[in-house]
Amino acid sequence: MTHMPFIAATYVLGVAVPLVFAVGAWRRLAQARRRLAAIDPRAAT
Amino acid sequence: MDAIAYPVRPARNLHRFANPGRFLRLAGRVQPWLTWPALLLTLGGLGWGLFAAPADWQQGDAVRMMYVHVPSAWLASAGYVSLALASFAALVWRHPLADLAAAEIGPVGAGFTALCLATGSLWGKPMWGAWWVWDARLTSVLVLFFLYVGHIALVRAFDDPARGYRAGAILALVGAVNLPVIKFSVDWWNTLHQPASIKLTGAPTMSGDMLWPLLVCAIGFTLAFAAIVMARTRAAVMERRIRGLLLAQAERGSEHGSGRALDGAFGPGAGDGPGRGIGHVPGHA
Repeated sequence: MTHMPFIAATYVLGVAVPLVFAVGAWRRLAQARRRLAAIDPRAAT
Repeated sequence: MDAIAYPVRPARNLHRFANPGRFLRLAGRVQPWLTWPALLLTLGGLGWGLFAAPADWQQGDAVRMMYVHVPSAWLASAGYVSLALASFAALVWRHPLADLAAAEIGPVGAGFTALCLATGSLWGKPMWGAWWVWDARLTSVLVLFFLYVGHIALVRAFDDPARGYRAGAILALVGAVNLPVIKFSVDWWNTLHQPASIKLTGAPTMSGDMLWPLLVCAIGFTLAFAAIVMARTRAAVMERRIRGLLLAQAERGSEHGSGRALDGAFGPGAGDGPGRGIGHVPGHA
């Protein structure tokens, strides 16, 4: 495969960027859900 | 006297989803239908592009970078369109969720625009012999990235979130003028960047063996973008609710002349760490 380092870097970025955002969003959502459940259990359902 | 028939306002249906509880219930049901197809299509499309799609007769295997670069470029523009639409809804109809959605689209759009610029640079070096050229397409996408960053900063720059949202919405709408410049830059100017291979008005100038994995990647990335924005917006709605509940608790506490209600507001998990507590929205530091 020609230009392998460029292709590898592109695919690593292509997976890493959405993954970082997805994990960040999931953690933030889980934290918000936990905090809301602690304050108002009805609202978190 | 005849009854006056009032026209149905277009925003009326949109406001059905202004209720946070209704939005959270609906978004919670839609989320898995975005997340799992996004994961499957993105990974499947990238694998298809990397291992099964043919190499280009001219570019060789370097063309495989297209399967990351093109979907991210498409999402950089499409993300800004959604940001501008949310800003329009927030300014014109004062839709309470549109503000939050716009604030959450900004960072994700900036991330995908940065991905587009980085992968374009990685593709440009072996093909053009340069990491960067001040080409009309590249420069207009860089301006788009700065618009996203400006929006992120502006929305979070005010003590009163409503002012930040309003200023950000105006910037987003003014910045939308850059979108046709990006789209038509390769037609209007003599650019190093190639013209579009896929057009709505004509047949694609690309082999089907390359087109199909590209479409799968584009759909996968688009669903991933939507899933991330939806999860962030759900979190933002919950955080707004938390802030409202904490404020209500604090007001009740001050009315009773006791600081006890505040103990709960600033207790573990609510006020641990600098800058946390009432008035602070996590993720909006």
